[in-house]
Amino acid sequence: MEHATRELAPILVHQVSYLWLIPAFPLLGSVINALFGWQFERAGKKKLVHVVAIGAMVCALAVAVRAFLQMYGMDAEHRFLQDTLWNLLTAGRLTVDLAFALDPLSMMMVLIITFIGTLIHVFSVGYMWDDVEAYWRFFTWLNLFVFSMLLLVMGDNFAVMFFGWEGVGLCSYGLISYYYKDKEKAVAGMKAFIANRFGDFGFIVGMLLLFWGLGGGWGAMLGARGAAYEPTGSMNTVASASTASESKALAPQVEVGEGKVVKIGPTLNFRELRDQVVIEKTGVMEHLKEQKLWGIGLLALIGVFLFVGAMGKSAQIPLYVWLPDAMAGPTPVSALIHAATMVTAGVYMVARLNFLFALAPSAMGWVALIGAVTAIFAASIGFFQYDIKKVLAYSTVSQLGFMFIGVGVGAYWAGTYHLLTHAFFKATLFLGSGSVILGCHHEQDMRKMGGLSKYMPVTRWTYLIACWAIAGFPWASGFYSKDEILWKAYTARHLELFGVATPWLGPVIYLVGIIAATGTAFYMFRSYYMTFSGTYRGGAGHHDEHDEDPHAALAAPHHATSAHPRDGAMHAIAKAQEEAAHVAHGHDAHGHAAHDDHAGHGHHGGTPHESPLSITFVLTVLAAGAVLVSLLGIPTAWTHAAPILEHWLEPVLVAEVPFAEKPQWMEFLFQAIGVGAGVVGWAAARALYKDDAQHEALEAFKQRFFAAWTVVYNKYYVDEAYQKVVLAPALAFARLMSWIDSNVIDWLVNAAGAVTRLVANFDGLIDKYLVDGAVTAVANLTLESGRGLRRFQTGRVQTYLYGIMAGALVLVLFNFVIR
Amino acid sequence: MFSEQTVLTWATFVPVAGSALIAVLMIARAFGALEKRAVDEASRAIALVASGLSLVAAIAAWRMYDPHAPGLVVAGKATGVQLVHHFVWIRQFNVDYFVGADGLSISLVLLSGLISFVATIASMPWWTSDKAKHLAGMEDDGHEDPHHPKHFSVRMVPGYMALLLLLQTGMMGTFVALDMFLFYCFWEVMLLPMYFLIGIWGGPRKEYAAIKFFLYTLAGSVLMLLAIIALYYQSHAAPLGDGSMSNLHTFNLLELAAQGQAGVFQAAAPILGFGFTKIVFVALFIGFAIKIPMFPFHTWLPDAHVEAPTPISVILAGVLLKMGIYGILRFNFGLLPDATRWAANAMAVFGTINIVYAAFVCLAQKDLKKLIAYSSVSHMGFSLLGMASLTPAGISGAVMNLFTHGIISPMLFLIVGVIYDRAHHREIERFGGLAQALPEYTAIMGLAFFASLGLPGLCGFVSEFMVFSGAFPVFMTYTIISATSVILTAAYYLWAIHRMFLGKLNEAYRGFPDLAWRERMSLYPLGVIAIVLGFYPQAVLGVINGTLHSLAASIRL
Repeated sequence: MEHATRELAPILVHQVSYLWLIPAFPLLGSVINALFGWQFERAGKKKLVHVVAIGAMVCALAVAVRAFLQMYGMDAEHRFLQDTLWNLLTAGRLTVDLAFALDPLSMMMVLIITFIGTLIHVFSVGYMWDDVEAYWRFFTWLNLFVFSMLLLVMGDNFAVMFFGWEGVGLCSYGLISYYYKDKEKAVAGMKAFIANRFGDFGFIVGMLLLFWGLGGGWGAMLGARGAAYEPTGSMNTVASASTASESKALAPQVEVGEGKVVKIGPTLNFRELRDQVVIEKTGVMEHLKEQKLWGIGLLALIGVFLFVGAMGKSAQIPLYVWLPDAMAGPTPVSALIHAATMVTAGVYMVARLNFLFALAPSAMGWVALIGAVTAIFAASIGFFQYDIKKVLAYSTVSQLGFMFIGVGVGAYWAGTYHLLTHAFFKATLFLGSGSVILGCHHEQDMRKMGGLSKYMPVTRWTYLIACWAIAGFPWASGFYSKDEILWKAYTARHLELFGVATPWLGPVIYLVGIIAATGTAFYMFRSYYMTFSGTYRGGAGHHDEHDEDPHAALAAPHHATSAHPRDGAMHAIAKAQEEAAHVAHGHDAHGHAAHDDHAGHGHHGGTPHESPLSITFVLTVLAAGAVLVSLLGIPTAWTHAAPILEHWLEPVLVAEVPFAEKPQWMEFLFQAIGVGAGVVGWAAARALYKDDAQHEALEAFKQRFFAAWTVVYNKYYVDEAYQKVVLAPALAFARLMSWIDSNVIDWLVNAAGAVTRLVANFDGLIDKYLVDGAVTAVANLTLESGRGLRRFQTGRVQTYLYGIMAGALVLVLFNFVIR
Repeated sequence: MFSEQTVLTWATFVPVAGSALIAVLMIARAFGALEKRAVDEASRAIALVASGLSLVAAIAAWRMYDPHAPGLVVAGKATGVQLVHHFVWIRQFNVDYFVGADGLSISLVLLSGLISFVATIASMPWWTSDKAKHLAGMEDDGHEDPHHPKHFSVRMVPGYMALLLLLQTGMMGTFVALDMFLFYCFWEVMLLPMYFLIGIWGGPRKEYAAIKFFLYTLAGSVLMLLAIIALYYQSHAAPLGDGSMSNLHTFNLLELAAQGQAGVFQAAAPILGFGFTKIVFVALFIGFAIKIPMFPFHTWLPDAHVEAPTPISVILAGVLLKMGIYGILRFNFGLLPDATRWAANAMAVFGTINIVYAAFVCLAQKDLKKLIAYSSVSHMGFSLLGMASLTPAGISGAVMNLFTHGIISPMLFLIVGVIYDRAHHREIERFGGLAQALPEYTAIMGLAFFASLGLPGLCGFVSEFMVFSGAFPVFMTYTIISATSVILTAAYYLWAIHRMFLGKLNEAYRGFPDLAWRERMSLYPLGVIAIVLGFYPQAVLGVINGTLHSLAASIRL
């Protein structure tokens, strides 16, 4: 792939000493609440818990803003702040510092995390206050999550990033399983962690492949594997080094002009990696491109394995299954972790390593393809969900797919921009759903909502604005990011799959994307109309009805057509509904107790109510943000200048990806198509769901395509497939191994013992009858002879004297004869 | 307080001195001079003081050790061995008393001192509420009911404490001995107390487990002894402790290593048609592999762990398993470089099997202690894989793994002990929702489990990460297969947490007392170390790196 390269220089590092404060504040908050939070609560100072937690967030935000101001004041090419704390570990060329770095990309992420994080902490006060579970435990985990997330984005190297990467997984586990007394929810947490570990496996292997690829010469010992790579002739990758300075001194350097040098060789440091790969003079890029492993280009392998890591964290097919279940956690958690920040980590990682992915068109093709398939697949599941949080969860999976289309086709800034806009509008949507859930007394089933615009005006308007944003209406942020992604996908011609050029892939992805975008508008406005329009369908907040209601809701139309031949299938669907209702019922389990505790509380009545100020305030700010971030991405076609964010990210996103040149009218046309897709989806949802519409057409559609509808409603039975294909065999294999261990290997040990005992017994018999028999025989002989000789012992001295004389005589004669 | 020359001797022999003191008390009691209760309490105090002093000496040695000093010079080469105490012991057989430490030894000396002290604390019935004592059967009321056996901490106390201290001397001595004969003595000294500690104070199948442990390890020792004798008769003379030359051969491990690296053993005549070094390597390796324990010699471990009382499991997992890897590094790697290169691939294969096979077996376990025992087997595989690679990161990671596993697995066994003392069973399925009854216990359990499954920020991750990055360039396929353990490990630990601690509380366990101070004192220090090493592993790596990298370099061609 030929592309016009601009001259790239090594990154100029600006050392600062305060970056560590950004993650340190949330860590401190978490530690304080972990150690003393329960004492605060016991002492009746529950407020202290969130004062500490929010205080920590505000401090972190303040430091982040200070860093931003410093960075903003610098030249574009100098925007790289670094803060090294200490050397974590060193062994040979493997050296890892605990170090933080901020460049424009991670700066953007840090601002998202601290700003939205602070808002969600504030929201949580209103949402979690009445919760019977430990209030302090929630904020401990939430602060710890922010700490881990900051580590993830600020890490100066793969290892620190991995600290954060796993840390957010842990906090996600803790927060999804927050209501751990409910087995279902505890399972959801476990599922999330283990699914993520599949991704981590890919991440680790990708990282190792990269480290190995940069070093090459390791295999020189023990039956040489991998070609030796010694561009400067001095690279000894197995050289021993026990301290960081020794290790760093081992790295060979290449002069790249203007007196600047670049270290080359194996490294986990992002900056050193970037410098040696993007500066052609080092020759590392060529070296990496040439290397092959198992017949596949090394760079493609690295890209694919790292992307497996991203699949886990960012919930892409086939590892997305944990995210919908993760909705078992409290709603602020869903907003912060499962929408705005953690799940975007995979996108962030691909953007961070843009210069590597750009060298591997096969990997890019995969990223974009998986993203597109996930986008449409998850959107289709979102069509028929009734749990408002589940709709948003599948929507998140789908939007993450869009982001991967962006970073996959090489529109790194557009993918990153969608990450930013999504953080705002999806946080608004989730928190809006949280407000709705709270207002409807912990009801999550949209069939029991309706008409809420009357009761919850602020929630309604903010939710509507966010719907506009996600559906891609102009002047709401989603339009700009999604459109840029799809446009770049259409013009992408460089993608490959399995090393084969596939110029058709870009347009196909565009088509899939535009259909998914239509679907997005449909399911979002469906949720909006079901929730806010028409009349309130909820009961008086008595949860005991839940078990009956879904039957009634679905069974009614079925009874009307009871002559329908497919009763068996009907039964199945009713059962599925029941299960769905059961899960929904489980979700608000904490609501019961909360209400019992606060029986006198105003909102125990039957009607929904608007949420407290801490919630509506946050919703308003986020909705405003969802609109305002559109300013960062006004397309070039409109202003003839690069969008602000693209310009800001330029120093980081150095990969040069070629796109087909297209006339400007075409870009405008595509923007119009994008808006049109949103309008179509909206119109369909409005026609079908506004004002409690019960459309014959919808029912007819369901009846007609009953089998297909069942499959989609049941999420394509992916969970069931996992159960059968992965889980059950793995457990069976484990049992087999355990059986072998105790019945074969240990049996052999015991058999060896038994054989030894057998031999010993046999030996004992020999001993008893043969050896001991001989001894006994000798003894008997002695006894017998003794008995015989006893006769000589008479006691008479004369006899003895004769004997002595006879003996002496014999001796004398003997002596005489011998001589 | 301690001189550089004698600090290791102090660390080694203070415990056995405590043993002797307890023996005196026991004799006095036999003559009716002392009350039973007084002897019990006194022997507990003696054990605590003696192992505490041993730990202090170990820490002092750790601080005296300078990783950058050249140390003892043998055959013109700096070995880095310091804190040497060396004199002639049995001149006729060329046997010296020779102790000293390099980076490898000193880290294990510290670990051994620490874990011994923790185990001694865990052997006390002190610092426990009456309710917890009652639940555990720790009340020392003088009655013995065969159907409800008392807690091990109140049964035949002086004997237990004396054996525990003797065991500590054996362990410490094994790590510091630099004379092959002395090493073998310590190795065997360690075996006998372990047999009695499991066989007398253990669980229902204690006799079976103790005999199995003893005979299995002894079988390995016999092979080891043969190999030691074979090496001895191939060695050349070397200076003894007083500077005089030895008679024809030497037991001095440093001299033997210098000779081995100079090719002395390679030149020896083959045995039964096989190369001398290969035969000796295999004999030594099997002896040590049983101790690791390496598949397929691992089945003694689950039995021994399940039957052993908690502190003995702690020592078994925390220190004894480390001796296998230590021995391989000291003998096989140090003395037989050519055979090590020859066997590296096989070691990596066995390491991989250990990791993945044992992880699967864990997944199917119903007994929590058995699960943790198998997880030890799995984790020790990392050391095998890492050291087989002979890369700096691999071999440092292997020894780092000894240290981190030596911190984490004692925590895990202590955690099992806590629940066993209360519920008197360990079946995972029979618990449920314990987090509600025992929040503090749940928190420390979470810390230990996540440390063991390799969560970054806790020490288990460091060694895993280093082993992976060290082994990957040399054994790419094995490393990728081993890396699947990150999934399996998470699965078996989280599933166990799920079944035991989450969900609805099993009402039988409501009102269980949370951690007692006795348990806190043993668990918290280890937990703190697990976190500190997670963020600052260089504290250990800085000490072990030098020794190990020159060892690896001496083997690589």
